Amino acid sequence: MSGREQILARIRDALGRGPLDAAGAATLAARLQAPSANRLPAASRGDRATLLRRFAAKVRRAEATLVPLETLAEVPQAVAQRFPQADAVRVAPHPDLASLAWPAAGLAASLGPARADDRLGVSRAYAAVAESGTLVLCSGPASPTTLNFLPDCHVVVVHAADVAGAYEAVWARLREQADSAAFLPRTVNWITGPSRTADIEQTLYLGIHGPRQLHVLLVGTGLVELLEEGG
Amino acid sequence: MDPTSHAFPANVERALADRSLQEALARTAAGFPKKRLEGIATLPEFELVRDQATAIREHVLDHLDWYLERFAAQVEAAGGTVHWCADAAAARAAVLNICQQAGARSVTKGKSMIGEEIAINDHLEAHGITPVETDLGEYIIQLRGEAPSHIVAPALHVSRPQVAAAFREHHLGLPRERPLETPRELLDEARAVLRDRFLAADVGITGANMLVAETGSTLIVTNEGNGDLTQTLPRVHVVLASIEKVVPTLEDASTLLRVLARSITGQEQTAYTTFSTGPRRADDPDGPEAFHVVLLDNGRSRLLGTPARAILRCIRCGACLGHCPVYGAVGGHAYGWVYSGPMGAALTPGLLGLPEAQHLAHASTLCGRCEAVCPVRIPIPAILRYWRGQSWTQGWPGGLPRLGLRAWAWLARRPRAYRRVTALTARLLRRGAGPALARLPGLAGWSATRDLPVSEGSTFLAQWQARRHDR
Amino acid sequence: MSGALPHVGLLVTCLVDLFRPSVGFASVRLLERAGCRVTVPPQQTCCGQPAFSQGADDAARAIARQVIETFADFDYVVLPSGSCAATLRRHYPELLADDPAWAARARQLAERTYELTSFLDEIVQLTDITTVRDAEFAYHDSCSGLRELGIRAQPRRLLELVDGLREVPLANPEGCCGFGGAFCVKYASIASRMAADKADQVDGSGAGLLLGGDLGCLLNLAGTLRRRGQPTEVRHVAELLADLTDLPGI
Repeated sequence: MSGREQILARIRDALGRGPLDAAGAATLAARLQAPSANRLPAASRGDRATLLRRFAAKVRRAEATLVPLETLAEVPQAVAQRFPQADAVRVAPHPDLASLAWPAAGLAASLGPARADDRLGVSRAYAAVAESGTLVLCSGPASPTTLNFLPDCHVVVVHAADVAGAYEAVWARLREQADSAAFLPRTVNWITGPSRTADIEQTLYLGIHGPRQLHVLLVGTGLVELLEEGG
Repeated sequence: MDPTSHAFPANVERALADRSLQEALARTAAGFPKKRLEGIATLPEFELVRDQATAIREHVLDHLDWYLERFAAQVEAAGGTVHWCADAAAARAAVLNICQQAGARSVTKGKSMIGEEIAINDHLEAHGITPVETDLGEYIIQLRGEAPSHIVAPALHVSRPQVAAAFREHHLGLPRERPLETPRELLDEARAVLRDRFLAADVGITGANMLVAETGSTLIVTNEGNGDLTQTLPRVHVVLASIEKVVPTLEDASTLLRVLARSITGQEQTAYTTFSTGPRRADDPDGPEAFHVVLLDNGRSRLLGTPARAILRCIRCGACLGHCPVYGAVGGHAYGWVYSGPMGAALTPGLLGLPEAQHLAHASTLCGRCEAVCPVRIPIPAILRYWRGQSWTQGWPGGLPRLGLRAWAWLARRPRAYRRVTALTARLLRRGAGPALARLPGLAGWSATRDLPVSEGSTFLAQWQARRHDR
Repeated sequence: MSGALPHVGLLVTCLVDLFRPSVGFASVRLLERAGCRVTVPPQQTCCGQPAFSQGADDAARAIARQVIETFADFDYVVLPSGSCAATLRRHYPELLADDPAWAARARQLAERTYELTSFLDEIVQLTDITTVRDAEFAYHDSCSGLRELGIRAQPRRLLELVDGLREVPLANPEGCCGFGGAFCVKYASIASRMAADKADQVDGSGAGLLLGGDLGCLLNLAGTLRRRGQPTEVRHVAELLADLTDLPGI
């Protein structure tokens, strides 16, 4: 008997039944085919302005920094301003980021997955979630996962239109946008703040293995005003 | 690791006398309850979400076979390989085989309780492969040759000077006079040393908080980023997971994730929650070329058919450890194996058997604080009572405690005999025979640290009868 | 309900019977003041909790059946102990769920069973408390009462009726005192640590009076405080409410 057969037999034995009958299996399969959200918290709901303000507040509460920008073109200057010591940046090969004016901001930009000694990496988020200030990054040709973890400092560009209220909306969007049943990439990262540990005497410190600093650039028309007036 | 749960009483004495451990436990005592309350405060719907999380886990247990098969099929559809391992030996063999096929010399590891359970590090080392723990707490105890003392904070018992000493001993090639005083200095050194190991590893092994049947995804919940470096940089990613970790959909995973971190660190989410599905795709610029999931049973399937079944809902948040007065007094090592605190007391008898683990089920006042804070409402006191019932049927405890309880139960069913015995006892206590009574075997434990109660000299029932006759 | 006055069967509990009869008398006084007719069935012995906690289910069931018989004819069954009341209310139905002859009777008993302070506060709404006591007190919330029966506000509401009393909080009010029945002798060193933590908290609170609703906890705490030379007066809440405090504290 293979390990698989052994384990399944033991489970069925313990549950006091054989394999599920066709009707039982069909019910479970239907549930998986049409996944639906369970209870969504109030924090995941609100109009655009409310969600964006909440997102910004939660990002900051998680010890990351956030700056609103009107357009993508402002990104290189915003990065240089936040990291004045940097002279090089490793950039995700995404059309939104690849052709930005990095040299004009004093940053020598190279594209691709992160290398061991990269000090500063820039990614573009697939989505973000307002209820907890979480960034969602999906692996892919334009989005190397190593950029999220190897560089000392990590900048993530998020479009305001991509900020959802709840995690569930992001799963729905991934399913919708996929052209096959396999809608998930190799890696989906939910990132909420920079790396941290409390393993030394139970005191919290930022920056252990992953990036020490996380900087979010939230891009959208009218955002600067929106986030300033809301506080 | 060879369990020492059977020696729990001796382990306890050692733990209570360990100054450094007691200081560490005192440091963390108030922290966990406070953080949980802060976490709950950010989710007004917490109890409702908790109810749903509980229902999801119970639903999966009812249909575990079907969900495991679906999960495995999806892993394979995504280009991964599933290894079904009935016991620890099979799991060790599977992991070793994967590493040998990959020609691995060094292996990085994210935190995995299953890895501890099957003692994978020793097995790899015995075959010339070097495993490197990368979670900072796990790394520290690996240097010190210790087992984890908490499922979320494995180095809870280690002080800062002890960490520095371990680094000085094992990080060769660094200047001897370098400062290693502040936590920042320690963290920066650990980051630099482990960075090299991450990059050199041929295989990365992680655990999994959940397995998603819908998509064949595994997920880890971390704060450091080590789990991600472990599973992204090497050529091969191996996930070690026990069979009960399955959840049906990504939405169900999201529900559980809303209550997990809140219950232990007070965060809404940890810094990194990572969903891994198969190996890298053809056009991915990074990621592992091979993805393996090692599923371990090791006695869990049998537990499904017992009153202890609900412990299989556990999502390894650690909240019960942080609220337990027994854990708070003795720490994790006293429990003698991989799983400690209330969840360890409930699970270990099922995995190791009662002769090894029965102390764990008995060393509890059944105060119920664990159940009160468990995000999936595991009825731990009821499960401990079940193990006690099993022990009792098998003759443990024996000797005087058994005799005493049986005598008490015998008397309790015979009111006249009962009243005679209690009347005599009340008189003796009054007459100062208390200290002598207290030296009766079994009762000496009371008098070591407590004065005996002073009796009124007669029982309530006797006094009540007397007053009734006076009227 | 039969007759004009609610008929209460009082189960004093084995610890009260043996170690602190005044708690039984205090309970009677309070129940009568609340307008109840109180009967103390003489065949009562123990609720069976020691057997239940140990997993000795056959013994626990035998005792449960006897208790059900003994207390069959009352409107209410009241106990001055959260853990014993929880044994009847929560655990008897579980123990006898598979016994067709007794399952319904266990449920019916459970429905009529109350811990003393919750009965006085919620069911009969006793307000006739005449005790006057100028003191700061700390209250120990016993685990069973707290978590199995939801008892926390009820004793405090009753104590508000005592002129001059003020509550001071303990640092960890929901922490176990370490009694746990056999636990305190079987795993004595852990239990002592837990009791010592509580004693430290009592010390730190500044309260001169420690009250609670479970005699097991109170014996444990009082014994510990006496050994440490702490002068805190320890009483069962019933004694204070009934103004039966001639006897020295526990």
